[in-house]
Parts: sequence; structure tokens; C-alpha cells
Amino acid sequence: MPTTINVTVNGTTRTDTVDERLLLVQYLREVHSLTGTHIGCDTSSCGACTVHLDGKSVKSCTVFAVQADGSEVTTVEGLASNGTVHPVQAAFKEKHGLQCGFCTPGMIMTSVELLERNPDPSEEEIRSGIRGNLCRCTGYHNIVQAVKFAAMESK
Amino acid sequence: MVTMTSAPFEYEKPESVAEASRLLSKYGGNGKLLAGGHSLVPLMKLRLASPDALIDLSGINDLKGIKSTANGLSIGSMTTYHELESSSDVQSGAPLLADAASQVADTQVRNFGTIGGAVSHSDPASDLPPVVLALDATMVTGSQRSGREIPADRFFKDFLTTALRPNEVLVRIDIPKLPANTGTAYVKMANKASHYALVGVAAVITLGAGGVCERARVALTGAGPHAVRARRAERILEGKVLAGNVIRNASKRVGAELDGMFNEDVHASAEYREAMTQVYAERAITAAVANAG
Repeated sequence: MPTTINVTVNGTTRTDTVDERLLLVQYLREVHSLTGTHIGCDTSSCGACTVHLDGKSVKSCTVFAVQADGSEVTTVEGLASNGTVHPVQAAFKEKHGLQCGFCTPGMIMTSVELLERNPDPSEEEIRSGIRGNLCRCTGYHNIVQAVKFAAMESK
Repeated sequence: MVTMTSAPFEYEKPESVAEASRLLSKYGGNGKLLAGGHSLVPLMKLRLASPDALIDLSGINDLKGIKSTANGLSIGSMTTYHELESSSDVQSGAPLLADAASQVADTQVRNFGTIGGAVSHSDPASDLPPVVLALDATMVTGSQRSGREIPADRFFKDFLTTALRPNEVLVRIDIPKLPANTGTAYVKMANKASHYALVGVAAVITLGAGGVCERARVALTGAGPHAVRARRAERILEGKVLAGNVIRNASKRVGAELDGMFNEDVHASAEYREAMTQVYAERAITAAVANAG
């Protein structure tokens, strides 16, 4: 039996009627047409589908949309404000923290939370903080540099 | 883009433990409690689990929060790994639990996975079951009628099986205060991809006068069908000064309770797990002794 949910996505609250088994990532991509959130492994390993649910990073392939009822969701599309990209997005551009780009939205969402919790992380803390996000290009070096750069720029 | 989709289910969101228990009875064994969902949802997507109903516990306030009491800590079953690792009460009152929680999976999983979900699932490679065993924790349950207090060492029964009854909800985990001069450690050999424990050992060591071990608790995960107390190893440690050879002898007995039934899978053979159990037991006990200072 479909269930009605109210979810605030990137600042806009909407009411939708969804199948209980609809995943949060499907809800964002297919109902909201927000395709910046990617589906990688679909088994909660790779982190490509990472979004913020009530301010905390989560793998949206492992949450049902009904669990987000009454919550706020932020996707990579919601990070920029007034046409200005988020400092972490700017840092990934500046330090070339991406190769093919598939893991990038998830990497950025995890990095944003990492810097909110720890504004001045060591390299080890960055590597540990993003260990739930896999980059199949193995472009970790520049991703770590980008997170460091974002932290430095925010000082 | 195609995703793996679970079988259809009814979604219930009770506001009390009694209501959750009533719903468990209503669905007669085909309802599953949903905590953080980070074990259950993947199983449902793979159709290894296809419950008729999910009973979401996130709306029940009685299952939330960490309380510091005169006797120790009282931890709501819906407390997340992230809350455990970042709570100053847990860091000071049960540093073993804070440390083990920080070693679980990754940030995203720790933000939503819960202690109650972890222990109720009784995954053989889970990090928190050996910790609640080594801390002599008590599992407090609730149902429509009344609750029970189940000691941790009677809680884990088998592979994915606990002492919880079909209509019972785990409400909180009570962790007694540690005695003075007690050191703790959790050390695991983590799978590189999942960070699940190939083997993991939790040790709680209390030292008395002259450095004699007054009390030892050692528990093992990852090695067998479920987490177990290593009572034979504990008996070797207790009453002795913990020199390297005593710790080594005890570590050799840490897998004894498994009666040779070490897990064997694509990640490690039974022989390898048995060998690594001794190595990680020695590291955990040695670190706990050092912390007991």
C-alpha cells in the first residue's frame, strides 16, 4: 500500500506518495529528477549515493524513502548557494579531485560532513573519513589534497 | 538506472515499545524490526530477507539516548555508532565501546547503524557483540506485557540468533561501571573492503596489588558462528601476574569455546582465522594490560 511522505529536499518541502520499497536514492533520482546522486555498487559499499539526511551523511541506497518522512535531505545539487559553488566543490575543481567524476558527488557530500565535524583534519583523518567512498579511478591523492585545500581555504 | 529492489512490505512506525511488540505479534514472525537498517536493508535488497512488514523503531523515544547512572551507563538500543564514539559519557565510562564503535565500517554507516540493531542481528563478524560480552552488559527488553534483563553472555545464541523472543524489543543496554585499575582494548583484523572483523578480540583486564590479574574478560568475534566469551582464557589470566608468556598461553585458548568450528569463507580459511585469533587475542590482552596501568 503506497505511503504518503513529506520530505524537504534541498530546502523545498514536497508531499509524495511512494511505494514503501522505493529507496531514498530512487526517490531522489526518479521522483525529484535529481540525478547528481549516483548509484554505484547498490550494496552500501561504494558511497556514490551519499546524501545528507538531517545533516548526516548516509548511503541513500540503504534507506527507504519512507524512512525520510519528516526529514531534510541535501544532495550535491543543494550545496551551491546563489550560483556560488560550495567551498568543497571549488576545492575539488581547484585540486582536480576527480577523474571520471562518478564518485565525486558522494565524495563531496562525505567531505562536507567531515569538515563540519573536524574543520582541520590531518591527512590520516581525511583518509579515514572518506573510507566509505570508493574511487574506481583510484584518484585518492588529489581527492585528499582537495579536502585539505577546502579546510585551508575555510580558515 | 536499475537498482536491486526488495520484495514489497507494509511499513509501520509505532510510537511505543508495547505497540512495536503488538505489531510483531500481529505479523506473526513475518514482521521485522527496523533500527538503522544497515544490515537488514541490504539483506532485503538481495531477497535474503522478505518480511511482510517493517516495524520502524525510529519513532520510539524510550529507545533513544545515553544515560550516565550511579551504576554505569544505560544506552538506548537506537543509539548510533556515531553517538557512541562521540559521547563523552561513553568515552569516559566505557572507552572500549567508544573505540570499537569508531572501528565499525565507515562514517555513513556509523551515522545510522545502531548498537541495538547490531547486537540483535548477531552477525558473526560484528564488532559490538564481543564488546558487550567483555563489559558484562545486560540487555533490557520490553514487550506488550513486561520486560526482561538478559546477561550478555546468555544473549548470543547462534548465527544471526539471539535470546530475544519473537515479540520482544531490545530497549537498552546497561553497562556496569568498570572497577579501578581496569584496562580495555578491542583489536580486530578488518576486512579491507567492508571493515567487518575477520577476527576481533575485546579484552577487559583488572589488575590488583603487585600487578596480579584480579579479573579478566575476553570475548571473540568473527571467528565462529557468533560472538563468544573466552572463559578458558580468562581463567588462565586470573590470579596471575600477566607476563608475556602468561598472555601468550591464554591467547592460545581464546578460540577454545568454538570447539574447532572456525568460520571458513572467501576471505579466510578456518586455519587462518584460528591462527589470527591467537595473534589478535595477544594484542588485545597486552593492550588492555597496558591501559590498566
